[in-house]
Amino acid sequence: MKRLINLTPSRGGRWLLGLLPFLLLAMLYMSLSNARLAENPNDRLLPTPSTMASSFYHLATAENVRTGEIVLWTDTFASLERIVIGVGISALIGLVVGILNGGLPVVRAKLSPLVTVASLIPPMAILPILFIAFGTGEAAKIALIVIGVTPFLIRDLQGHALRLPDEQLIKAQTLGASSWQVLLRVLLPQLTPRLLNATRLALGTAWLFLIAAEAIAAQEGLGYRIFLVRRYLSMDVILPYVAWITLLAFLLDQLLAWVSRLAFPWYHAGEGDNS
Amino acid sequence: MSLLAAKRLEKHYGNHVVLENLNFSVESGEFVTLVGASGCGKTTFLKMLLGTEASSRGSLTLDEKPIPNEPGPDRGVVFQKYSVFPHLTVQGNVMIADEFHRAKLLGKSFGSDKRHAIEKARARIEEVGLSHALRKYPHELSGGMQQRLAIAQALMMRPRILLLDEPFGALDPGIRQDMHVLINRLWQEQHLTIFMITHDLKEAFELGTRLWVFDKTRQDPQAPEAYGATITYDLPISRDRPSTDLQEALYQGGLKTHTQETLL
Repeated sequence: MKRLINLTPSRGGRWLLGLLPFLLLAMLYMSLSNARLAENPNDRLLPTPSTMASSFYHLATAENVRTGEIVLWTDTFASLERIVIGVGISALIGLVVGILNGGLPVVRAKLSPLVTVASLIPPMAILPILFIAFGTGEAAKIALIVIGVTPFLIRDLQGHALRLPDEQLIKAQTLGASSWQVLLRVLLPQLTPRLLNATRLALGTAWLFLIAAEAIAAQEGLGYRIFLVRRYLSMDVILPYVAWITLLAFLLDQLLAWVSRLAFPWYHAGEGDNS
Repeated sequence: MSLLAAKRLEKHYGNHVVLENLNFSVESGEFVTLVGASGCGKTTFLKMLLGTEASSRGSLTLDEKPIPNEPGPDRGVVFQKYSVFPHLTVQGNVMIADEFHRAKLLGKSFGSDKRHAIEKARARIEEVGLSHALRKYPHELSGGMQQRLAIAQALMMRPRILLLDEPFGALDPGIRQDMHVLINRLWQEQHLTIFMITHDLKEAFELGTRLWVFDKTRQDPQAPEAYGATITYDLPISRDRPSTDLQEALYQGGLKTHTQETLL
């Protein structure tokens, strides 16, 4: 008998094992749901999968009588637009400031304390300020994501820039590189894959801020819808929406991972486990 | 006129004297090998030549001018590791020197400049025998191939002096022998001036035309930091004499300090 740490499941077995917890959770839900519905057929708290499917199908296909819009897609595009713009702006600022901070001690001395302090401000606490400053439109929601995510990205990239071996910076200088060229050809290309990685980690936080901002002030959006139907205890809408958001988050994450693997093969060479 | 000269050169950090009383002059075309116990200041000395460490006292001149206080293209370097850029292919790693030179703004060449850079880089890569691996990334190369690449990269800008910091220390003995042949050939063909730190005394004798032993001449057991190391032996090595003879001579000459334990 091998030791436990040496036992590795086969490829097919790994799939099955990965699926098992999901199946167990699904069964648990079904049994609870059935028990409640047996007692009271009008119970709204744990709807059957078929009820959820039909509600979700309705949201995904039926046009609003007044506006002609389909609720699910309007919500999805509104939310995706906000998160992509927000995270995009954050990544850009994070990359530029991170590289400057990491590469130029003169800049780091000025900016680093500011970034550290800024990263400790709870972004939700300044959401009212954003609403006052930007109104309740798109700008405030995007600003919340940017404020929440950027300091993390800057600190992460700055750390990676500082961890690049000094030998590389010296080598570049002995090849005749100017400061600008070192930033552009040594730091930038090596930090970009790390930015993608950090962005993947930051996406979870970005979704948190997005849903929170939408819950408070919005006319459409995934977070807005969930908090709207909460008033009617519409679990048959909330649960599929949560699953939908999870799927979107997963797809965004995988997209970034795929881009990173495609564009920076040298960066992923050292990674054994790509799961 | 000597290429590199030092007069009463000293380096200390606060009260900690690392190097003291260094006097030498090195002509163009010499191959100086530096040996000494770990932590005796060889690498600090190399950093002073590179310009990343400033001297504390005395003078260190390259072509009669004080050595610049930052690294520059007149002094090439190969470290034991991290010498090549992991995000560039073999060709990209060597080309980049020419691109730094020609494309001040973008650091990347296009069109005829690029073709010129590729041509030049391929000649350098050919010299170190990596032509079959032009498109490979450093992580796909063995340790020996990475060091070959680092050498090709360092020689791209035709530096006045080439600094090697234990370049072959992490390589297998067989590979190391190949690297000795390579560096020896490049040194002769291109009339390089080389400073090489090594832990391997045999290597130091085989490659160098001049051997420097770094050691402390004075030792205060109460205050080990009070005195620094200096060049205790400055031996000319002739290629005709077998290295074993010299090793013997060095032994009998009385290499009696703690360097001996580490080296011989």
